[in-house]
Amino acid sequence: MSSRPELQAPPEIFYDDTEARKYTSSSRIAEIQTKLSERALELLALPDDGVPRLLLDIGCGSGLSGETITENGHQWIGLDISHSMLNVALEKEVEGDLLLGDMGQGLGLRPGVIDGAISISAVQWLCNADKSSHEPRLRLKAFFGSLYRCLARGARAVLQVYPENLAQRELILSYAMRAGFAGGVVVDFPHSTKSRKEYLVLTCGPPSLSTAIPNGKGEDGESCSDDESSGEEENRTVCISDRHRPRKKQKINKRGKGREWVLRKKEQMRRKGNVVPPDTKYTARKRKARF
Amino acid sequence: MRLLTHNMLSSNIKGVTNGFPLRIEVEKVVEKQVEINHDFLMNIFPKIDWKAFFDASRVMGYVELPEEAPEPSVLESDLEFLRKFHHALLELHLEEGALVCPETGRKFPVNKGIPNMLLHEDEV
Repeated sequence: MSSRPELQAPPEIFYDDTEARKYTSSSRIAEIQTKLSERALELLALPDDGVPRLLLDIGCGSGLSGETITENGHQWIGLDISHSMLNVALEKEVEGDLLLGDMGQGLGLRPGVIDGAISISAVQWLCNADKSSHEPRLRLKAFFGSLYRCLARGARAVLQVYPENLAQRELILSYAMRAGFAGGVVVDFPHSTKSRKEYLVLTCGPPSLSTAIPNGKGEDGESCSDDESSGEEENRTVCISDRHRPRKKQKINKRGKGREWVLRKKEQMRRKGNVVPPDTKYTARKRKARF
Repeated sequence: MRLLTHNMLSSNIKGVTNGFPLRIEVEKVVEKQVEINHDFLMNIFPKIDWKAFFDASRVMGYVELPEEAPEPSVLESDLEFLRKFHHALLELHLEEGALVCPETGRKFPVNKGIPNMLLHEDEV
């Protein structure tokens, strides 16, 4: 059974020639990655003035996301650790310049030159200690530090990630904040295990109106297609091990749960068929503290 | 790799204070035609380190660029300059060669247009 690629091998070994070819020739994967890239570009919120910008594609791989950037009229520089994946990008003759490099070693770019950065399904690889000399925290620090420096003021970074669990998500977010980024996580389709996608939207500079984080898709009930009938749709690049769904929690404010809530709950129990004491004027009355 | 990217790259080696700009060692340069976009050029112009750009273009074999960076207003009027700027920035590709760290002399090889910026364990 396929598990997370991140647990199988370091990225430069996992994405060898065979895997690189498989990854790029799979039309399903290409479609997913294109959608992710388009959403990431949308979240980048570049000014709609028709001026091409210089963007960074972190973990550009075989250039799937880069092609989306080109289609949107921007210039880009792509960075990836896998030689094989970059070779495929060369074959596709992508418009952006490619760099063979390790984001955990720092991006190596001059300060303030990049207008925006996207990353599709790549940053979670930083959380694995692939070599004995690796320390994920140092790598996260080097990555986010260098990313913050090379971005122009007001620029954003949108990183689509597949964190293994809550701890990883928190780790990534905490190092982003430490580097000076503001921002948060946008989750599209949070209630669907299959379609759920997370984007770290990071902004350089103090929070303001322009840095307000947009809503994820599916939260307002529109077009949240939980497609059960789509057959064999196993997303091979993700297998979230703790399948925790965000639960709707009762908001408990300081005043406690209240009479209304108690009455509602009693009604529910009655409907279920339980034996419930009758509602009187004493129901949910405030008791003495020592009760 | 185009000069646009070269102008943004800096040496990341541990202990290096000023890793910019990387010296270029040319083995093979290729010219690829690209459609000119005025908006992009005007937007990117203030970010370009002109001295590094000028030196790099010379090494790549292009001698048409002026040594002094012109005023930004020149971009809007002088089409000839814009064309030269565009050519040097986006149409010259370093296919084979190396980028050299100015402080340590460490070479980052460039193959098929892709610079290998991977650092060794002791350089991180």
